[in-house]
Amino acid sequence: MKASVNKIIPFSSVDGPGNRTAIFLQGCNFDCRYCHNPETRNMCRVCGECVKQCPAKALSVEDGRIRYNIDACCMCDTCIQICPYGSSPRIRELEPEEVFREVSRQIPYIRGITVSGGECMMYPEFLKDLFLLCRKAGLHTLIDSNGSVPFAGYPELLEASDGVMLDIKAFTKDEHRRVTGADNETVLENAVFLASHGKLEEVRTVVVPELFDAEGTIREASGLLAPYLTAAPIRYKIIAYRPFGVREAYRHYKVPDGHLLESLAEAAREEGFRDVVIV
Amino acid sequence: MERVEETRNEILETIKSPVLTHEQKIAAMARSADSLLEVLNLPEGLDELLNQPVETSKCICDLYEGHAPVRPRYIIPDYARFLQNGSSFLHLDPPQDLEEAVNALLILYKHVPSITNFPVYLGALDELLEPFVIRTEEELARKLIRMFLIHIDRTITDSFSHANIGPAPTTAGRLILEEEEKLQDAIPNLTMKYDENITPDAFALRGIRTALSCAKPSFANHRMFRDELGEDYVIASCYNGLVLGGGSYTLCRLILGNIARRSAGIDDFMKNQLPYVCEVMASYMDERVRFEVEESGFFENHFLVREGLIRRDRFTAMFGLVGMADCVNILMEKEGFSGCRYGRSVKADDLGVDIMEQICRFNRNHTNPYCEVTDGHFLLHAQVGISTDIGVTPGTRIPVGEEPKEWIDHLRHCARFHKYFTSGTGDIFPVDKTVHKNEAFLLDIIKGAFRENLRYLSFYESDSDVVRVTGYLAKRSEIEKLERGENVLHDTTSLGMGAKQNGKALERRIRS
Repeated sequence: MKASVNKIIPFSSVDGPGNRTAIFLQGCNFDCRYCHNPETRNMCRVCGECVKQCPAKALSVEDGRIRYNIDACCMCDTCIQICPYGSSPRIRELEPEEVFREVSRQIPYIRGITVSGGECMMYPEFLKDLFLLCRKAGLHTLIDSNGSVPFAGYPELLEASDGVMLDIKAFTKDEHRRVTGADNETVLENAVFLASHGKLEEVRTVVVPELFDAEGTIREASGLLAPYLTAAPIRYKIIAYRPFGVREAYRHYKVPDGHLLESLAEAAREEGFRDVVIV
Repeated sequence: MERVEETRNEILETIKSPVLTHEQKIAAMARSADSLLEVLNLPEGLDELLNQPVETSKCICDLYEGHAPVRPRYIIPDYARFLQNGSSFLHLDPPQDLEEAVNALLILYKHVPSITNFPVYLGALDELLEPFVIRTEEELARKLIRMFLIHIDRTITDSFSHANIGPAPTTAGRLILEEEEKLQDAIPNLTMKYDENITPDAFALRGIRTALSCAKPSFANHRMFRDELGEDYVIASCYNGLVLGGGSYTLCRLILGNIARRSAGIDDFMKNQLPYVCEVMASYMDERVRFEVEESGFFENHFLVREGLIRRDRFTAMFGLVGMADCVNILMEKEGFSGCRYGRSVKADDLGVDIMEQICRFNRNHTNPYCEVTDGHFLLHAQVGISTDIGVTPGTRIPVGEEPKEWIDHLRHCARFHKYFTSGTGDIFPVDKTVHKNEAFLLDIIKGAFRENLRYLSFYESDSDVVRVTGYLAKRSEIEKLERGENVLHDTTSLGMGAKQNGKALERRIRS
């Protein structure tokens, strides 16, 4: 089964432990205001707007699809900035084997891979097959997810995965709706399910002071997961909102200061988390 | 007489220099005086290859070693033996505690000659000090090590002075790394020997944390050096693999770009020009070695030899090269493939490998009677360049500004070339500060690189003050002082200024 691949970053220092190849799949079922790669949210509708505006003439329409010529591309990002649908013309439809071939170029410099998005759990079968290939090559496999798809329904995928890095974007339903446009019941169920199965590698919350009560979210989420910390350690990553890549309409939020972030880390520690990281 | 007059002028200029310190002036004047001697039997054809402008036609460079070598270029004393036996020449008994050990080492350092007049090797400091450190209360040990390191930085004012730690973890090694992180000094240069089967992750990560803050330690592929030179190899000067208790008589370098310039094309380069210049340079090195061993008297008279801290039969010589990128690009242009750039094109890189294979073959066929420790052969060395190099790229490095977009591609390129250079090569990667949060990221890269037979890697955080210029270290803040015309403590700062201005050494692609 193919997946729509937005991009593959050969070496990443920010998508899990150690050096990993990070794979970004296209399409997301949330619409987070602070999304820093909004071009990964939606599928291309072949409207052709980017073809008209591409200064390098690297795009064309062929057989009802956008054709992307990577050699001509000047990486100016005009196409993703002007896309009216929050998509990108630089998407490739790839089989798990094809992605694995690109991953294996980085062996032995990487310890594993992280698949992110968009929301990568929209391609659970693809993930399972890719992870099985990576496992065979001795690579560690992580899922970076918004938690909207119930993991309980994919035991084979979880078996092939070393863990999930799960976003808890807000703890209350109303705030979650404000931040993402979606409910979070499944997210919280997933958090408990993954923690109780020793598959929750990391929980993360992006702190946007004016948008939601970060302290409430971090305290509640930490409290919810604290009972499982003795079985397997879970990292809490507190991420400062930054305007880079964010859509114009939401770029006005303030960046939280170090003092606030430290107090939030302290809140997670008070609830029992030992491994708390601020980035 | 013309040369005498020229030299006199040089000496006077040195005396009047507003930027050189007293010690730097004395060293420069000694070099000028020595250049007037004519005691070497120079090989035919040398003059035409050596005494030429580096921008166009100089094909051999002797790195200002002088016309009558008074001592080997690099000397690697066996400091463990010194601590064991003391020194009758220096009137020192074997040290009994950490205070006496650091004192004894600091005394000996003042008496170890080299091309720079400073010791290029300071010892495996962790192994040397560990027996004393474990008998000392940790806070006192920390303070003594801190003072020891400060003393080195302020008196051995040349960052080619190189200390080693690892591959095994020690308290002394940890204290050195912790204190260096706080000190932010350019000297000593520092290498951690790393072997994933010996070095625990925690110790390596401690090293990486220090490297990100002050550009040292660098990481040496312990398995590779050990297999080639034996357990008692050391890393000295920039990144030179040499044998403990020995050193290198001399280091001369081929300027490959200029050898390509005098060639009609690839065929002429491979069949005629390169073999010819290699032959002349090897003959010149043979003669320098002969003079040092047979005439200079160094090996009969120096106390380091008499007390067994160095032995003549542990010395070798370094056959260096610079400008592989220049050479390949020039040859590609001559053959009509100007789009094929070194570091960017497989065709160009393949030519680079062919050239290395040829130089390697030449070296395997050339023997020198005084290089017993390396089976009678010189060791290949990827020289990093000197401050006056213009249009010359270091060793086999990809030129600054032309590095591949992806780090993996850059590392794969390094993997094709590092294996040839037993007496040293290395690549330097400034990394973005986001990496600070994930030191294991760099550890994974080191592990992978060393499995792929990369030899030597250096990192620094892109905005840190202490930076690795080519192989040695300098402080940006000190380079800026020198650029304003103020004099500075370390002689390597001026080399850093030259490399920054002529070689874009501080503009490497930042990795994350």
